[in-house]
Amino acid sequence: MNLLEQLPALQVVVPLLMAPLVAMLSGRGALPWLLTTLTSAASFVIAVLLTQQVLADGPLFYEMGGWSVPFGIGLAIGPFATLMLLVVTGASTLALLWGGASMDHEVGRSHLPLLYSSWLMALAGLLGIVVSGDAFNIFVFMEISSLASYVLVAAGPDRRALTATFKYLITGTVGATFYLIGVGYIYMMTGTLNLADMAARLGEVSELAPVLIATGFILVGLGLKAALFPMHAWMPNAYTFAPSAVAVFLAACSTKVALFVLIRFDFVVFQPNLAGHGLMFTSFLLPLCVAAFLVGSVIAVFESDLKRLLGYSSVAQIGYILLGASLLSAAGTTAAMLHMFNHALIKAALFMAAGALFLRYGSMRLSDLAGAGRAMPWTMAGFALAGLSLIGVPLTVGFISKWYLILAALEHGVGGAVLVGLILLSSLLAVIYIWKVIEVAYFREAVEGATVPAEAPVWMLSLLWLVVLGNFWFGIDPSLPLSLAGMEVPALLGGRP
Amino acid sequence: MSPQMQLLLAVFLPLLGAVGIALAGRWPNLRESVTLVTAVGLMLLVWSFLPQVLAGERPQLVLAEMLPGLSIAFRIEPLGMIFACLASLLWIVNSVYSIGYMRGNNEKHQTRFYVCFGIALSAAIGVAFAQNLLTLFICYEVLTISTYPLVAHKGDAHSVRQARVYMGILLATSIGLMLPAMIWTYALAGTLEFTPGGILEGHIEGPLLGLLLLLFVFGVGKAAVMPVHRWLPAAMVAPTPVSALLHAVAVVKAGVFTITKLIVYLFGPEFLFSQTGTQWLLYAACFTIIAASVIALRQTNLKRMLAYSTVSQLSYVVMAAVLLTPISQIGTALHILAHGFGKITLFFAAGAIYTASKKTELNQLYGIARRMPWTMAAFTIGALSMIGVPPTAGAVSKWYILGGALGTQNMLVVFTLVASTILNCAYFLPVVYRAWLRDEDVAPKKDHGEAPWPAVLALTTTALLTLGFFFFNGPALELEAQMLAGD
Repeated sequence: MNLLEQLPALQVVVPLLMAPLVAMLSGRGALPWLLTTLTSAASFVIAVLLTQQVLADGPLFYEMGGWSVPFGIGLAIGPFATLMLLVVTGASTLALLWGGASMDHEVGRSHLPLLYSSWLMALAGLLGIVVSGDAFNIFVFMEISSLASYVLVAAGPDRRALTATFKYLITGTVGATFYLIGVGYIYMMTGTLNLADMAARLGEVSELAPVLIATGFILVGLGLKAALFPMHAWMPNAYTFAPSAVAVFLAACSTKVALFVLIRFDFVVFQPNLAGHGLMFTSFLLPLCVAAFLVGSVIAVFESDLKRLLGYSSVAQIGYILLGASLLSAAGTTAAMLHMFNHALIKAALFMAAGALFLRYGSMRLSDLAGAGRAMPWTMAGFALAGLSLIGVPLTVGFISKWYLILAALEHGVGGAVLVGLILLSSLLAVIYIWKVIEVAYFREAVEGATVPAEAPVWMLSLLWLVVLGNFWFGIDPSLPLSLAGMEVPALLGGRP
Repeated sequence: MSPQMQLLLAVFLPLLGAVGIALAGRWPNLRESVTLVTAVGLMLLVWSFLPQVLAGERPQLVLAEMLPGLSIAFRIEPLGMIFACLASLLWIVNSVYSIGYMRGNNEKHQTRFYVCFGIALSAAIGVAFAQNLLTLFICYEVLTISTYPLVAHKGDAHSVRQARVYMGILLATSIGLMLPAMIWTYALAGTLEFTPGGILEGHIEGPLLGLLLLLFVFGVGKAAVMPVHRWLPAAMVAPTPVSALLHAVAVVKAGVFTITKLIVYLFGPEFLFSQTGTQWLLYAACFTIIAASVIALRQTNLKRMLAYSTVSQLSYVVMAAVLLTPISQIGTALHILAHGFGKITLFFAAGAIYTASKKTELNQLYGIARRMPWTMAAFTIGALSMIGVPPTAGAVSKWYILGGALGTQNMLVVFTLVASTILNCAYFLPVVYRAWLRDEDVAPKKDHGEAPWPAVLALTTTALLTLGFFFFNGPALELEAQMLAGD
């Protein structure tokens, strides 16, 4: 048995098996953290190997235990999926490496093994969602990752983390249930759960009403999971009150996995089979996306808590991603995929910088961070550069995604031009809310009588700067995400224009 | 050193200098030496390109290609060469002046001041040598952001508010108007490279072209075509060396330079003005010239008067670029130089007056020339250059612009030139008259003489440059002729 051929299964199995092992460790040493980090790093290596295979040979199909689909469990890993695997495993590994110290600081030691165990469960769940080729397995993994994420968020240092988690839990459960109802309807009509099989059989279904209801449930359910406006209320608080390292991990990838499922499900199963579905998809999502990036940015402008500000900025960014997809064109879907990758880099860097500030200042209120530019110059410089990337300044990844998004919008005549105007307006808002932070940190004198904190630990800084440089590296040479997206686009659009 | 290396170094040397300045921050003498050495090094680097460029070579350097047709690249063409020569030469003079001014006024945060200056210069050279619009846009934005701390230097509520106006207008116009125009251009032409003859012909026409031009002209807020000129008076809260080098030369010239470059290398002048719906730019420029002069007439603060004079003079460049006769195109580049020399002299003088006497208002200047003869002599030369009296630099450029206007029988432009010359006289000559020929109305609190010697040295130098340019402008003319010949 060649191990390389088993990589799709190992991608999920490794963290899933390590999770209970970590739970049984004692909380005193650094062992739980070390084992979790090693597991996550191993997952990252597997993701890189898978990416290489996909880049070389095209999409991979894997049958669990050799049972052929649709009877056995099939895994399907296309270029888009590998992009997501890279994002998820990369974010998890970086967050762990970066946040080991802050986790000790923010979470009680006795809880650490359980917490890291949950981390691995969440990781395994997210990876499972990405590699699954089967609608029901996606649901199962979604539940695994969500339940584990609730635990992670609830471990935050502030008691408000509990109410934030509760909101997250209710919304997440509703979302998952909606998704399951939708899948149930489709199973009823087609008798299959395998996505590819479903796509093939849906064309033969004569009674379309249950299918249409299913599309509604699935879109809304996944929209809730993805924090699509106006179903975003759970997200900013969850990121704000979670431990810093968890915020880095979840902000970079958790909602994007839901978006991944949404895009894949819709483009593979519904659009080829339902006449007029494309128009419905666009006219339902596009206004929501526009509202998302406008409202998210406006709220961020008026927000006075740094992590919440970043949370609302994420609401806006999710709007950008789905806007690209809802344009249903090659350029649009490329923009969506690119921005999934790019936004992970941006938000990871921003939350890392915010976490470092929190570690030293113990507060996320902007007014308390006055003078941080002088007290913690490296951290704030990293924040500023990542902020440029968020705004979409050339040479950064943010620019590349916005460029594609705007080119995609321009294909749509006058309406597209209006859309471009709105995107730029929202970018201007991003300038304002990032500038707000910069001005407080650099141009306002430190609060009277407050102790001036030391710069963040070198270890944290070096990881922060690694991600910041990643923002520039992939902004100057975006060929990796671009080639993966370029391979996926024909499959997603399936020959449709 | 290969031309590529040299080009790379020219763009990044001031940035490296900024790093050096930051490191040397604790030792003021060393810090100022770093500034001066960097400035001299930059000038040598830039000016040593002159023979090559005059010989018709166009050194080029591609730093990175992000997407097809979208790259970070630099290329030296004649117009950019003129701008870079001007900025690098005046940076030296300005650095000498800054040392006198900043120390004479005991300003705080001097290290930050010099660091930001270095970054701004790097960006200005980047604007000058940009090979495509994207590169230019990046450098343009860096220039805006790096000058914010300079404008807000004082740090009190008033200057922070003014600095926000400054940056707000410049960022909002560039992101809200210039960026969409750039994306639109890319969507139309598939490239953003500056190409002689333009890249837009055959892709767009009629009113849409006029709209694109509108987006560009007002998107390049630094050119201060009305109504996007308000940032320039706001920027006057900055220390005077900033107003002198940045808001009389580097930043504002980056604006009109960008517009000229867009017209020449992106639209293609023949194509642009063969279309209907593009003539409005001429009217906008003429209006700005007159309106800004009228506003300058009503100012009571010396620096604000100079700022409005700058707004007016910038539109001369735009107007000359739009006139489209070869002779007025020459006037474009000459005026970038001539106004640069003249206006920096005026600001140096204003700063010297402030340093020596803390005077900022026009009605305080009675008889001041007796105490500060060198300063006021330089001021007078600068003022004559603004008006266009020989033998000053302003006379040369006005001559060419007027020649172009007469050649095309464009009476609107001729009228504008005459009217604005009269207005220029009306607001500059009273200042000169009061300073030289009237007596002091109240004796100053302390008996002052000239400002510290570095400041006097600097303003004398630029005044001499203003005079000298009247006689020695051959290389600039030659470069212009090359640009007009199609490259």
